[in-house]
Amino acid sequence: MVLGNDASSSSLSNKNLSVLVVDDDPLIRMLHDNYLKHFGLKPLVVENGKEAVDLFQLGTSFDLILMDKEMPIMNGVEATKALRDMGATSMIVGVTSRGSPSEMQAFMEAGLDFCFEKPLTFDMIDFILKELNVNDDDDTNN
Amino acid sequence: MDRNRLQHQVACMRRSLFDQGYLDEPFIQLEELQDDANPNFVQEIVTLFYSDSARLIQNIEHALNSRPIDFDKLDDYMHQFKGSSSSIGAKKVTNECTVFREYCSAENAEGCIRSFQQVKQEYAILRRKLEVYLQMVRQAAVSRTA
Repeated sequence: MVLGNDASSSSLSNKNLSVLVVDDDPLIRMLHDNYLKHFGLKPLVVENGKEAVDLFQLGTSFDLILMDKEMPIMNGVEATKALRDMGATSMIVGVTSRGSPSEMQAFMEAGLDFCFEKPLTFDMIDFILKELNVNDDDDTNN
Repeated sequence: MDRNRLQHQVACMRRSLFDQGYLDEPFIQLEELQDDANPNFVQEIVTLFYSDSARLIQNIEHALNSRPIDFDKLDDYMHQFKGSSSSIGAKKVTNECTVFREYCSAENAEGCIRSFQQVKQEYAILRRKLEVYLQMVRQAAVSRTA
């Protein structure tokens, strides 16, 4: 798989990106944490949408948020809406095991930039990071 | 045992786990994340999967024994189980979870009970095979550094 090489070659440019992983499943948190580290990132990891919103209210911002959909206390849809309502400009990527088009559409409408079905793959992360780096370049040029 | 023979056995067993459909692509990603800085990553993730699964299986059994059956709750539990199974590449387990969820959305209690037996069976088979495989991987690693 070519992505391994892509991951290592882009790890330097990814170093300054701040990432938040939001998922109630400890296995998924550990997986996504390690996937992102493989790409040179150092993610922060929280267990539900409310913790993500609380972080934002404390003034913490992130370039990228990986948001699970089904979580207790505050789910991904609610958290995404809340973050957008508070003015969050992070790239928010939904990650869900519920793959029906209508469910993903509802999640997108909450304010996601992209939505992927679990499990995340290296391809998906590579795509997300390329989009992020493109956005960063656009901001620099403006 | 001879190191080369051990490594050959590990490779054969790994290939058969994929060829027979027990594992698929996400497991390869786990293996790619294992390195000198993270030498036990696959075992750690698989161990988490076992404890996740044990909890969810217990929850599902309890929900199936309740009267009336709460199909929404059942679906939630199985959705979580399917999520973690698919994330480690447990292909047959994931497929059986999908079948269960179809019975669940049809509120077919008997279908749920039957398919849950299949889920548990596939999970038990996978767990046995993974335990043997990962033990062989550890033995091969030790023999390499011996």
